[in-house]
Amino acid sequence: MIANILLVIGGLFYMLGGLGVFRMPDTFNRIQAGTKATTLGAFSILLGVGVSEPSWLLKVVFIIILIALTNPIGSSSLAKAAYQKNKLPELTQDDLKELYRGDKND
Amino acid sequence: MKYLATFLVLFASYVLLAGFEVTELAVGAVIAVILTILITKHVEYKIDYLLPYKLVVFLVVYLPVFIYQLILANIDVARRVLSPKIPLNSGFVKIKTDLDGEFGKLTLANSITLTPGTLTVDVDNDELYIHCIDVKGKSEEENRKNISSLFERVLRVVFK
Amino acid sequence: MIYLVFGLVGTGVLFSILRLIKGPTLADRAVAVDTLNIIVIGIIALVALIEKNSLFLDIAIVYAILAFLETVVFARFVEGKHDS
Repeated sequence: MIANILLVIGGLFYMLGGLGVFRMPDTFNRIQAGTKATTLGAFSILLGVGVSEPSWLLKVVFIIILIALTNPIGSSSLAKAAYQKNKLPELTQDDLKELYRGDKND
Repeated sequence: MKYLATFLVLFASYVLLAGFEVTELAVGAVIAVILTILITKHVEYKIDYLLPYKLVVFLVVYLPVFIYQLILANIDVARRVLSPKIPLNSGFVKIKTDLDGEFGKLTLANSITLTPGTLTVDVDNDELYIHCIDVKGKSEEENRKNISSLFERVLRVVFK
Repeated sequence: MIYLVFGLVGTGVLFSILRLIKGPTLADRAVAVDTLNIIVIGIIALVALIEKNSLFLDIAIVYAILAFLETVVFARFVEGKHDS
């Protein structure tokens, strides 16, 4: 029962992640929606699998820790690359300019 | 001492991945010994005898806050994605952090990425550069209060 | 029950593939691939549950490590093209 609920929640957030990547207007917002929704979706589906087969729980927790450590780092490095390469969208504030664009003019 | 710690970490990860069987334990021990001899010269860490205590504090204090924030973040994302017109007020802000130590900063950056509406883009010494979907605060102090003060308070207990 | 879960996950895959095809810049495509990778890890875990075979979880671990490497290498590639 709990396993089924977790699996459905995970599927729902995977769908929201895909939809977010498709619908958001610029690259950084896409990264945000994609990372958050799919991370919780993966946690939820993996926990659901672990709960319905309790002997796999250790391995499942290992995968969850792996995703929790690596997924934010990956999306952060993608955001960095996108900032340096792409044309920027409309921003209300841009503190990052001093770190990258400032160096380029020297 | 360093050799023993490296061996234990390697052996534990092998057994975790392969499962508890006599042959697997033997093969794991041999592989862990070989790898220990090869890589101990290149690893660098201090052995901290407070580690079990810190781990318990980490699990009890940090994890509930993190999971609560992750669920909040996802409800926020769901609301944004499903609303017909997506409101935009995004920007990059800079905040300072007091935590020192590589692992503490990594945990803080990852936590910020998984909290509502924020994404860590880069870390430069003790300054974090963050992309916000919705920039609320006017000054650096205000942003810091909104984004990172909760996690800094929690993480300071674990990583001094 | 499992049909409902696969339907939801499949919708997610569909939308991220649409972004992969449409994406105006290289970075957008990289984001779509990153999202797709995390979804595929979940799908492998679901397959493990259906087949009752824990070997698929080992595949999921290796896939997770490779997906992280792929994302970082892709990011370096997107970043580096500008400088030369």
